[in-house]
Amino acid sequence: MLKIHSIETMGALDGPGLRIIFFLQGCPLRCLYCHNPDTWQLDKGTLIDDEAIVGKALRYKPYFKNNGGVTFSGGEPLLQAKELVDILKTLKANGLHTAIDTSGYFNASEDIIVELLQYTDLVILDIKHENAGMYKMITGHSIEKYLHFKEILIKKAQSKVWLKHVVVPGLTDNQQHIKDLEKEVRTFPLERVEKFELLPYHTLGKSKYEALGIDYSLSDTPEMSIEDINSLKKLIKLDCLI
Amino acid sequence: MFEQWKDFHKGNWTNQIDVRDFIQKNYTPYLGDDSFLTGKSKKTERLFSIVEKLLIEEQKRGIYDIYTDSLSGIDIAEAGYVDKENEVIFGLQSDGPLKRLINPYGGIRMVEGAIESYKLDVPDNLLNDFKKYRKSHNEGVFDAYNDEIKKARAAGLVTGLPDAYGRGRIIGDYRRVPLYGVDFLVEKKIEFLNGMAFPFTEEMIRIREEVSEQITALGKIKSMAQRYQIDISQPASTARDAIQFLYFGYLAGVKESNGAAMSLGRTSTFIDIYIQNDMSKDVLTEIEAQELIDQFVIKLRIIRHLRTPEYDELFAGDPNWITEVLGGMGEDGRTLVSKTSYRFLHTLTNLSASPEPNMTVLWSENLPDNFKKYCAKMSIETSSIQYENDDIMRPSYGDDYGIACCISAMRLGKEMQFFGARCNLGKALLYAINGGVDENDGELIFEGLEPIKAEYLDYNELMANFKIVMEKVAALYVNTMNIIHYMHDKYAYESAQMALHDEIVGRYMAFGVAGLSIVIDSFSAVRHAKVKPIRKNGLAVDFDITGEYPAFGNDIDEVDNIGNEILKFFISQLRRHPAYRGAKHTLSVLTITSNVVYGKKTGATPDGRKAGMPFAPGANPMHGRDINGALASLNSVAKLKYEGVCDDGISNTFTVIPNAIGKLPRHRIDNLSSIMDGYFNQKGHHLNVNVLNRELLLDACDNPDKYPNLTIRVSGYAVKFNKLTREQQLDVISRTFHEKM
Repeated sequence: MLKIHSIETMGALDGPGLRIIFFLQGCPLRCLYCHNPDTWQLDKGTLIDDEAIVGKALRYKPYFKNNGGVTFSGGEPLLQAKELVDILKTLKANGLHTAIDTSGYFNASEDIIVELLQYTDLVILDIKHENAGMYKMITGHSIEKYLHFKEILIKKAQSKVWLKHVVVPGLTDNQQHIKDLEKEVRTFPLERVEKFELLPYHTLGKSKYEALGIDYSLSDTPEMSIEDINSLKKLIKLDCLI
Repeated sequence: MFEQWKDFHKGNWTNQIDVRDFIQKNYTPYLGDDSFLTGKSKKTERLFSIVEKLLIEEQKRGIYDIYTDSLSGIDIAEAGYVDKENEVIFGLQSDGPLKRLINPYGGIRMVEGAIESYKLDVPDNLLNDFKKYRKSHNEGVFDAYNDEIKKARAAGLVTGLPDAYGRGRIIGDYRRVPLYGVDFLVEKKIEFLNGMAFPFTEEMIRIREEVSEQITALGKIKSMAQRYQIDISQPASTARDAIQFLYFGYLAGVKESNGAAMSLGRTSTFIDIYIQNDMSKDVLTEIEAQELIDQFVIKLRIIRHLRTPEYDELFAGDPNWITEVLGGMGEDGRTLVSKTSYRFLHTLTNLSASPEPNMTVLWSENLPDNFKKYCAKMSIETSSIQYENDDIMRPSYGDDYGIACCISAMRLGKEMQFFGARCNLGKALLYAINGGVDENDGELIFEGLEPIKAEYLDYNELMANFKIVMEKVAALYVNTMNIIHYMHDKYAYESAQMALHDEIVGRYMAFGVAGLSIVIDSFSAVRHAKVKPIRKNGLAVDFDITGEYPAFGNDIDEVDNIGNEILKFFISQLRRHPAYRGAKHTLSVLTITSNVVYGKKTGATPDGRKAGMPFAPGANPMHGRDINGALASLNSVAKLKYEGVCDDGISNTFTVIPNAIGKLPRHRIDNLSSIMDGYFNQKGHHLNVNVLNRELLLDACDNPDKYPNLTIRVSGYAVKFNKLTREQQLDVISRTFHEKM
């Protein structure tokens, strides 16, 4: 049984190929630039049982070429890690490619995370920041959980990894940080890192805040320009950078 | 045995007319990629720049020119050229480009309406003489219609009927002209006539008359070609001749008839055999081969018919549905993709995106991967291609079928269709609620129906009443169609196109429905929410909906199955009434752009759609109600049953922003190809593919000159965005763009 915010049946960015994406409800982080604040609350969402989730995913199997499959995003999917294990296991048994899109924040035991990763082909990990202070400032939480998850991912799992990081003008767009970020990426086993992506901050989430009546602290921050992102990319010497 | 056939493998085709056998014995499947394609030749460049200027001028004037020396006909007018020196394929409908013919045979009112609206200068005697000595199809039809038909027609219950102009939807097997030459075709027809034994029943007499007219038409096609100093009495031997002869066959069709949809058929792999042959003898280069295809396509793009502005409101953009099918698989498992399938699609690059010819790719799981990717790439670049499921059509129609108009399959040269437009299901549903009375003017259309009086609509009561209405509509609809096609055969027989058919043909009578998704949603609303009719003078004019309901387009079986229940019931009712000339009843879910006009004429519906608002096009879910993403929407439509229920096709238009199908171009290509594999694997029938940004369309609305070639697919055909009415443009923009962030 998972608590679900919404389902998108045609995802093309959250993992390889075409994917059905389950956005799970609930996230403990409060990232300043989050564009899905409607997934934060833990007490919202719809409960859907395992069988229905697997059934829905299998409906889209005919579309899954080129490693297409299922992505659990959020919210923070690892908040429901225990419940996810069986579902991922069944999906794998049905020959589907599986992915989770996470910040690395989890409450479950390490054993559960290890088991979960056993059935996860791809981990899309959002590096909020490499610096503990900045991490706290952006997400409202300590970097510890991220570091712990990273350790498990590196040492006790074989999943492929996509890394991403959101570049916000005035917040995460300075050159030193980008160079430090490269160092952070290099702490991962690069043979498993298929992709590292710098995502330009956009303001499309703004209206959701208004609708939810939540203050939007970046209301004066402009969108990140593609040109600026491209010049930052030049600072990074990694083959997996896209 | 003809000298022209010496390079080809012999077979049944050398003894009798059997184009498929010629193709099967001689074509070369192509599994490679698009790297062999070339740009346009110098000649094409010059010719195309002249044509582009003419088209701009035409857009300004509405109608560029009109031919007034005579009425339309196969052999009328002297040879016409755009720029003779640079043309490699000759032939225009009359003596100059974009000159529309006056064709009153289908209906004189359409002609008079056009002349008046565009203030055209036409000599008086032309139409007066016709009126004095001849009768049109339209007059015949109205002689036979009864009051009930006239009322249902005026109310817009059955609508878009081909009773005022040419019916179209007939595909001559134009390949027969180059393969056999006209004399051989005539010979075979004479043999047929001589072989007919008594008794000459009414149907036999009619066949004798028609075949004789076909023979006359073949003679006229030959003399039309002679005006260009080209002899088509014998088979073609070179690629240039093959295309030229084939085009003359097509040209004869569009000079004689002004049907809404005049498909080309399935010509590319046939032509490819001649191109391969020329190339193997080193008499043709790739650039020359592409030049032939480019110039053929230019000629097809400037075919015109004289229409009224009202017609354009219904079918925007002056469409002719010159549908060419590409690809598909053969019954023996070889692909029918050839290099010339690529060359046809490549015209969208060389000559920019365009609605015509209506490029239709027959998709199969087994198509070569390279071709799938090339098609996806061209869709992403041009939004000018539609896709149809070869794997579900081949079992019924073999591997040498064409598509009439948008989605109607038929065996080439062996089958034809009686086109029947569509029934407005949304309106029929309101008749079920209002006791057969039209919601707009209170006119009683069907007698003997009790209006629903309950405060809240009940699913079972509504379905029962709706089925009674469908029963009544079916009777009316079949009989209307019988009248239309009886009169069309009598007064506007397509002798040129039928000359390129077998003498004994199979016939379909193609019925259609519009507004399917709003009817499904209405039933779902009644089942899951509380729907209260708001009545005014005893008629439900609006509906108050309390609660939510699951809508069509979210891959929910219980909802989607309502669609099949309705379609199965309707076709079963249609079949109860015999169709003219023993035609087989078929059904389609298709609206073209007319979903806007149908919506305009239809009151508010129980799904929450307000009076006058557009329907969704074709079988599309209503915009904004498919909330689980594009694939759920596709899955819902794929559930509508093709074989045995909607054998005339199920149209679905898929619009997506580029970013939603991938970040990089190669991902977009792979993903679009996967989307089609998935949709067609689940027996989806048809898919229009648009890859566009909403902002781009909004900009094009305000700055049409910036986007002269912006082409988009609407239900069943493509159209230059600039040629849509403002209302249609806004409708297109308001529809679901799948754009997940």
